[in-house]
Amino acid sequence: MNSTATSPEASRPLLTLKGIEKRFSLSGDFLEQLQFKGGKLVRHQEHVHAINGVDLDIQRGEALCVVGESGCGKSTVARTVMGLITPSAGEVHYDGERIDNLSTKQLLPYRRRMQMIFQNPYASLNPRMTIQQTLEEPIRLHHPDWSNQAVKDKVSEVMTSVGISADWGPRYGHEFSGGQRQRIAIARALAVDPEFIVADEPISALDVSIQAQVLNLLMEAQQRSNLTYLFITHDLAVVEHFGTRVAVMYLGRVCEVAPTATLFSRPRHPYTQALMSAIPRLEDDRPQHIRLEGEVPTPVNLPSGCVFHGRCPHADERCRQEIPALIATDDGGQVACHAVEEGRIG
Amino acid sequence: MTTLTTRQTSRWERFRDSYLLYSFKRDLIAQVSLLVFILLVGAALLAPWLAPMNPYDLAQINILASELPPFWVDGSDPMYLMGTDAQGRDLLSTILYGLRVSLIIGFGAVAMQATLGVCFGLLAGYLGGRVDAFLMRLADIQLSFSTLMVAIIVGALFKAIFGGATFSDYAVPLLVLIIGLAEWPQYARTVRASVLAEKGKEYVDAARVMGLPSRRIMFRHILPNTLSPIFVISTVQVANAIISEAALSFLGLGMPETQPSLGSLIKSGFDYLQSGSWWITLIPGLVLVVLVLVINLLGDWLRDVLNPRLYKG
Repeated sequence: MNSTATSPEASRPLLTLKGIEKRFSLSGDFLEQLQFKGGKLVRHQEHVHAINGVDLDIQRGEALCVVGESGCGKSTVARTVMGLITPSAGEVHYDGERIDNLSTKQLLPYRRRMQMIFQNPYASLNPRMTIQQTLEEPIRLHHPDWSNQAVKDKVSEVMTSVGISADWGPRYGHEFSGGQRQRIAIARALAVDPEFIVADEPISALDVSIQAQVLNLLMEAQQRSNLTYLFITHDLAVVEHFGTRVAVMYLGRVCEVAPTATLFSRPRHPYTQALMSAIPRLEDDRPQHIRLEGEVPTPVNLPSGCVFHGRCPHADERCRQEIPALIATDDGGQVACHAVEEGRIG
Repeated sequence: MTTLTTRQTSRWERFRDSYLLYSFKRDLIAQVSLLVFILLVGAALLAPWLAPMNPYDLAQINILASELPPFWVDGSDPMYLMGTDAQGRDLLSTILYGLRVSLIIGFGAVAMQATLGVCFGLLAGYLGGRVDAFLMRLADIQLSFSTLMVAIIVGALFKAIFGGATFSDYAVPLLVLIIGLAEWPQYARTVRASVLAEKGKEYVDAARVMGLPSRRIMFRHILPNTLSPIFVISTVQVANAIISEAALSFLGLGMPETQPSLGSLIKSGFDYLQSGSWWITLIPGLVLVVLVLVINLLGDWLRDVLNPRLYKG
C-alpha cells in the first residue's frame, strides 16, 4: 500500500467506494407488483441484490484486480464506479469528491480522468463509425478548443501507441480482428489521457495468444502514463501477473482484499482459500482442491449473516447471524470473516 | 499482427461491392419495380413538360369535349390519348398532374411520420421509464383510432370551420399533416424496439462513459444503427399514405376536383361509371394500383435484403 507518500494528495485514495449497494427489481412496474394474498391486495417486490455493501479504496498508481465467480457483482461494481449504474445506496468518491450523485454535465470533467474498457470488443465499437470517427469523438468532446490538425495528430499518436497503424483510420470496426478491436477500444480510452481506467474483463473475449499482447499493452500504458486500474477478471493467472492488490468478491460482497503476493501465498478467507486451491498447477499430480459443498445462494434471497456461511467449513452460529465487516490483517490486507477475526483459522 | 492493405475505399466503391447491389442485380422483380417506379416518378415530376394540356388552366378545357373515350375505343379524339373526364380535361394530363399530387402527399406524410416517430421512438427507447410509458400509451391511443377516422374528423372540422375554399387552398399540407399525425406510432414502435436492442450494446455504454450528451448518443450512435427497419417501413408507409389520401379523396375529404389527385380522379369518374365512361375511374385506378404495387414490391425486397437474420450488415 502507498504508505510512503508524504503529501495528503498522494496518500488519499484515488477512488473510494463506501457501502455501495445495488438492487435490480425483478417485479416490473407498479401494477405487476400487486398480488392477491389471502384475500388481500398486497404490493410484492423482489430484487436481485447484485452488490450489497462494497467498501473499496483504490490507491494512485496501483492495479486493483477484482476477482470472483460469475454473478458475484464484479461488473456491477465497475459500472457503478463509471456512473453507468446509479447505486441503490452508498457513495462513490473520486479524488475526495462525491461523484455518484452528479449530473451528466457535472460529471464531464471526471469523464476525462476516468475511462473504461469493455469486455466484448465486437460490441464496443459503433459499427457505423470509422475508427477515425470513433477515436476523434472523445477528443473533440473534451477538447473543444483543439484545431482539426491537433485532433488528428492526437488520434494517430494514440493509434501508434496501442500498436495499430495510423493509416487504418478510415476503416470500420468490423474489418478488424478481435485483438485489433480491443486495441482500438483501448486507444479510445487512452485518447483523453485519463489517470484511472476501469477494465471490465478486457481480455476474456480474446484468444489466449492475443490475451498476453493486450495485457502487456495495458501494462505498458500504465508505466508510460502512471495509470491506475480497476481490473475486473475471473482469471487468476492474469491477477498474479497484473495486479498490485486483489479484491475477492462473493455474492455481492468483498470477502478479502490483499496485496497480490500475500493473497496468493497466504489466503485468509475460507472462500479465497478454496478459490486459490482450484488453480491448476503443473507440479500437481495430486491436487488438493478444497471442495465447497452446495451451490452459490441466489442473490434474490440473501442468506442472513455472512453470505458464505452455507458453504463454509468453519461456519458457526455467529456466522449465521452477524454480517462480518472487513478488518485489517497483520500482513497488509483486509478480510471479512468472523473465524479469522476470532483466530479460529489462520 | 496481420497487415492490412491501407487502400481507402470511397463511398461509391463500397456501394459497388455491397450486398444491396449484389442482390438487386439478382432480383428481376426488384429491377422491374424500380424501373416502373422511376418512370412513374419521372413522369409525375416532368408533368408540366410531358402533359399535352394543363388541367389547372381553365382556358385549355373544352367542356364540349367531355367524356371522350381513350384512343382505342370508337368515338375517340386523337387529341386526347386517354380520353377526357366529365369536365373535358385531358385524362392523361390530369393523371400525370394527379400522380404528382399523390406522390407529394405520400412522401410528405411519410417524412412527417418518420420525423415524429423517430424522435418519439428514440426518446421512449433511450430514456425509458415514465417517458417511455407516456409516449407508448399515447401511441396506443393513436393506433386505436383508424387513420381514416382521424382524417375524416379533422378534415370535416376544418372544412366546417374555414369553408371549402380555404380547404382547397391548403388541401396538400393539411393532408400531409393529417396522414402524418395519424401514422407516427408505426415508426415510434419500430424505432423503440430497435433502440432497446441497441441500447444494451457496449458501444452505447462506451459513448456514455465518454460523457457524450444523451441527444448525441441517440442521434449519432443509436439512430444510424436502427436505419434498416426505418428504411423498410418507410416504403410500406409511402404506399399506405398514398392509399389513405386516395381513400380520403374518394370520400370527398381529400384533394378538390380543381387540382385532382389520383384518388379524387377516381372519385370524380365513379359518378359516370354507370353511364359507360369507365375510363375516368379505371385508368387512374390502374396507375394507383401499379404505383402502390411497385413501392410495396421494392419494400419487400429491401426487407429481405436488410433482414439481419438473413444477412449481417
